[in-house]
Amino acid sequence: MSNILKTEAAQTKLLPAQTTETILPTFCLTESVIAAACSRVGQNVLHLDRRNYYAGNWASFTFNGLLSWIEEYKVIILSFSLRYKFMGTYVKFIEDETKAPLTSCQPVNAETVSEETTGDSTEAQDTVTGDDTTASDAKTQNEEHKVSEPKEEQHTSDISEPSQSQEEKDPQPISSPADPPVDVEKKITYQKLVKEGRRFNIDLVSKLMYSRGALVDLLIKSNVSRYAEFKNIGRILTCRNGKVKQVPCSRADVFASKQLTVVEKRMLMKFLTFCLDFEQHPEEYQGMTPCEPFREFLKNKKLTENLQDFVLHSIAMVTQQTLTEEGLKATQHFLRCLGRYGNTPFLFPLYGLGEIPQCFCRMCAVFGGIYCLRHSVQCLVVDKASNKVKAVIDTRGQKISCSHFVVEDSYIRDEQRQSTAYRQISRAVLITDRSVLPSESDQQISLVTIPPLESSAPAVRMVELCSSSMTCMPGTYLVHFTCSSSGTAQEDLAPVVSELFHVSTIPGEEPSEEERSKPAVLWVMYFNMRDTSALDSSSYSLPSNVHVCTGPDGSLGSDCSIKLAESVFHHILPDEEFCPPAPNPEDIIYDGDGPQAEGPGFDESANTEADKSQAEEEGATHEKSPSTESSDPAEMDSVTQQAPSDTTPSSEE
Amino acid sequence: QHGRLKIKSTAQQEEEKRKEREKKLKAFVSARDAVLKKRSAGEHDEEALQLTQQLLSSNPDFATLWNYRREVLLHLETLREKDEVQKLYESELHFIEACLKVNPKSYGCWHHRSWVNTRLPQPDWTRELGLCDRCLSLDERNFHCWDYRRVVVKESGVSAEQELQFTDRLIGSNFSNYSSWHYRSTLLPQLHPQPVPDSAPNTSPSPTTSPQFHSHRVCEEQLLKEYELAHNAFFTDPNDQSAWFYYRWLLGRAEREEMISCVYVSREGQRVSVAFSKPVHAQSEGLMLVLDGQPQQVEWRSAHPRFRHSPVWLCDLPPGSISDISNEHNLTIHWTEKHTHRDCALYTGERSAESWCRDSATDQELFRSELSVEKSSVLQAELQSCNQLLDLEPQNKWCLLTIILLMRALDPLGHEKETLAHFQTLKEVDPMRSSYYSDLCSKFLIENTILKMEYAEVRVFSLSNKNLTTLCHLDQLLFVTHINLSSNQLLRLPPQFAMLQCLEVLEADDNAIESLEGLYHLPKLEEVSLRNNQICKLSDLESLASCTKLTRLDLRGNPVHRTANIESELSQLLPLVTDLLL
Repeated sequence: MSNILKTEAAQTKLLPAQTTETILPTFCLTESVIAAACSRVGQNVLHLDRRNYYAGNWASFTFNGLLSWIEEYKVIILSFSLRYKFMGTYVKFIEDETKAPLTSCQPVNAETVSEETTGDSTEAQDTVTGDDTTASDAKTQNEEHKVSEPKEEQHTSDISEPSQSQEEKDPQPISSPADPPVDVEKKITYQKLVKEGRRFNIDLVSKLMYSRGALVDLLIKSNVSRYAEFKNIGRILTCRNGKVKQVPCSRADVFASKQLTVVEKRMLMKFLTFCLDFEQHPEEYQGMTPCEPFREFLKNKKLTENLQDFVLHSIAMVTQQTLTEEGLKATQHFLRCLGRYGNTPFLFPLYGLGEIPQCFCRMCAVFGGIYCLRHSVQCLVVDKASNKVKAVIDTRGQKISCSHFVVEDSYIRDEQRQSTAYRQISRAVLITDRSVLPSESDQQISLVTIPPLESSAPAVRMVELCSSSMTCMPGTYLVHFTCSSSGTAQEDLAPVVSELFHVSTIPGEEPSEEERSKPAVLWVMYFNMRDTSALDSSSYSLPSNVHVCTGPDGSLGSDCSIKLAESVFHHILPDEEFCPPAPNPEDIIYDGDGPQAEGPGFDESANTEADKSQAEEEGATHEKSPSTESSDPAEMDSVTQQAPSDTTPSSEE
Repeated sequence: QHGRLKIKSTAQQEEEKRKEREKKLKAFVSARDAVLKKRSAGEHDEEALQLTQQLLSSNPDFATLWNYRREVLLHLETLREKDEVQKLYESELHFIEACLKVNPKSYGCWHHRSWVNTRLPQPDWTRELGLCDRCLSLDERNFHCWDYRRVVVKESGVSAEQELQFTDRLIGSNFSNYSSWHYRSTLLPQLHPQPVPDSAPNTSPSPTTSPQFHSHRVCEEQLLKEYELAHNAFFTDPNDQSAWFYYRWLLGRAEREEMISCVYVSREGQRVSVAFSKPVHAQSEGLMLVLDGQPQQVEWRSAHPRFRHSPVWLCDLPPGSISDISNEHNLTIHWTEKHTHRDCALYTGERSAESWCRDSATDQELFRSELSVEKSSVLQAELQSCNQLLDLEPQNKWCLLTIILLMRALDPLGHEKETLAHFQTLKEVDPMRSSYYSDLCSKFLIENTILKMEYAEVRVFSLSNKNLTTLCHLDQLLFVTHINLSSNQLLRLPPQFAMLQCLEVLEADDNAIESLEGLYHLPKLEEVSLRNNQICKLSDLESLASCTKLTRLDLRGNPVHRTANIESELSQLLPLVTDLLL
């Protein structure tokens, strides 16, 4: 065992042993923010991710990257071994959709992942909890994906590329006549998508940034905004009865709107003005029924049905059941964000949302945080008396002491959970050939809110990204659908997709006139993600200095993740400021007593020494807990031998 | 640098900044001195350009430097080939662009830019237009840029149509920008002029209509679209004044026709009074008086020496020319500038003492000209729209005011009651402007009273008890002999009051009048009642001395009675007043 450790240490620059104060596996937004915040105030931060790309569930992929991501996880799952908890359990795919019928919605369940290893010996003072942080099932607990592309003449060729063959076998629930052979050269083929794949940045989560939301405030406050560029969302659309219309939300929109009568314009503006400072007029909304739904309130305010829909679904973005005060608050938030950067309340980071966690990681690194991809933690060393983690053992067997450990929910095994109730998010990603509502400018990002048909069904949110957002190739649009799941992603979203888009199924079939008027889908994938955002620390039984971050939630903004990051940070460092502005480079003093004095851990020889001794020390503790000791080396062996994701070339960089 | 970074303290940073500033100042001052020295030495070389460039790029508002730069450029121009001149000025444009980034509202920069473009052998107007658009997208109210843009548009021949689209775009992104609305109002008459009717409309009493009369009018089809645009704006935000102002412009673009509205001759006074539809300066307007075919040399004077421009002008006829009651006389006033004239005949017999000629036909048009050009059906529709808005926004001052104006255009007498109510609301919701509303309301009430005079011949005129705060349209009351202004809130009898040339009796009790400036040379005034007013000083009464027929004066209830020796002082000042009440 110590041999292994030694070789490992020689190969990789060893991670600092003693100096680490906070360790965070996974680079999701919350973790990245915590990492940046800790690092900023002088903590030593080690940030690991078992994946080979940044941003975790917040990652953005190139088209090819996404395809190999899909492939990769198929491979992992096929060669799945219970030992590779940290490697292979991120997403669980139906092994191969050619084999798995799409209708089987809860097939291979990632729950199979969480297994025995819980045999923690408990007698010793220092307990090595094997696999304490289990990579249990992934967020995307059950992810189906489907790749489809319109069949065309020039491309019905014999190339037997997997997605095409899959697609042909796909029992598409959407019955739509196929593409016409017109406009042959204008059509974008699947090959073209693959060829231009690097122009895509496809996010796993689909969110927008509220201009006055917690994330934007934090980006500004911390000066992290300097690492990214943003684009305004140009317009907010809604879809009613299959028709896409623009939602007038800003003053200029209301002025320009052709669908509202002048009286409606006045009523809408009046109502929105009231919402801006509704707290000042409690008599207006606290009326007779304190628990009146927002919808009723809108009706009582004499808004026309048209306006009620706009406000409820597209501005407040709440449900039929939402109560008045909450609805007013949501409307107010929307309005306060309006006009800060443009005519809608939203921003989107160029190159996709995955940029944001990376920006915080960069800030963390600037202040000395250490980053490691394809590297994770396999055990926690817990001091039983204090119920605190004092060290971790990484996947290469190195022991790293730490004072805090921040971990993403998906690493937590069921044994550590008090409750396993969580929601799911249904997602669909489409590449289309034109906008759902063409306008003067074809370079607009649009948010489309699609009210549920029945009041019980979830509202669907769609974000259509144009190529100037640097997320898709010119001539295409990248469309994200999101809703909270009631069934599988496909069950939830396919009907909406086919209402708005033309999805070709059978090659050579002529689409109807109506279908042809819709944008064509060039590629589509459906998957479900786990939404753990409702869980809090009471949901887990963990050592007190282990902090769990839930994954991205289903909401449009990122406030939830940022607030969580802040609260974890204050748990770790109650007396420190959360992300104070980073100084300008010219204000930083680089004098003689810099790196050496502050970073003894970086003296390599000293480090290896320290590590060796540490490993020995560790061995000693292990002796006290034979059961775990025996399991550990085996595990490490397998890691070095066959970790698949280690050898899979990263499609990202 | 792991762990906590060392960061300079605020004091350190400030100290550094201070030093930086000091250094900058020193450099600036020495460069400035060098430049000024060079200029006085008459040096026009490249170095001068460089030095001024350094200075101007940190302070583009240093006008002297721009002037010097122009001198240098003009000099260099003579030394170089055409190609090089082009290059020289192009780099100048680049430099100005940099300066504009420092201060986008620098007079010097924009002026210099215009100048450079006039010197540039091949100016690139498209680029200039692009620059303007960029500047305006950053600050849509930068009037320097608007001004410059007008120059560019004119020079480069951008079509009015494109410019109208440009305003569409700006208004679309922010309709609170009055610059764009205004620009629109200058473009529309060019693009969609109202077709000039073939025959002059019969409503025009004057045989000659000014040829520019329709030039600023817009055809109806386009107008309806513009109304809609304005509706969209003020229904969206009724408190934004830009759209309302534009709307007012749309509704009322008529100017009153210029004409002689009235001529009055008094045989006894041997005097002629002429009233015009707008204030004029008689001496420069080519007024000619012809009496019985003979042009007369007369001296025109305005009703009060205060006025250079006045709607009423007076002149004395040569002594004896019309004094014989048994002679009929024909009088013609020619307004040569406007190719118009008006006749007036003085008869013998019963009505021989005086005579006048006035348009009774224009009564209806008298005060509504501003909005009344529009078809009443259109105005009616607009009134409906505004009333709809008022239902939603009962407190909106712009809406209230516009409704009042529309009502006046449609039927001033029929809507009088509503108008008064709206004025009341206006004063409550906008107390800052309550005096303005009171004055406006006074104006409308006076107009209504004048309109109610059944015939122009009515010579007894009562405006009592109407809460008037100001007097206006006094030029319309040229023939009035008795006027009652009692129980109002008047503060003064303004100089315009001197236009009431026929006035014999004035009642103005129970006001707050302090000044009697307008009781000036009223040849027929005999009786003045000013009970319960605010006349304080004897000097306030001085103008009365010019009214030579005044015999009765009631000053009871005025502070002036406290003046020592008031009676003797008054009898000295106004010896003709026999009937004085104090």
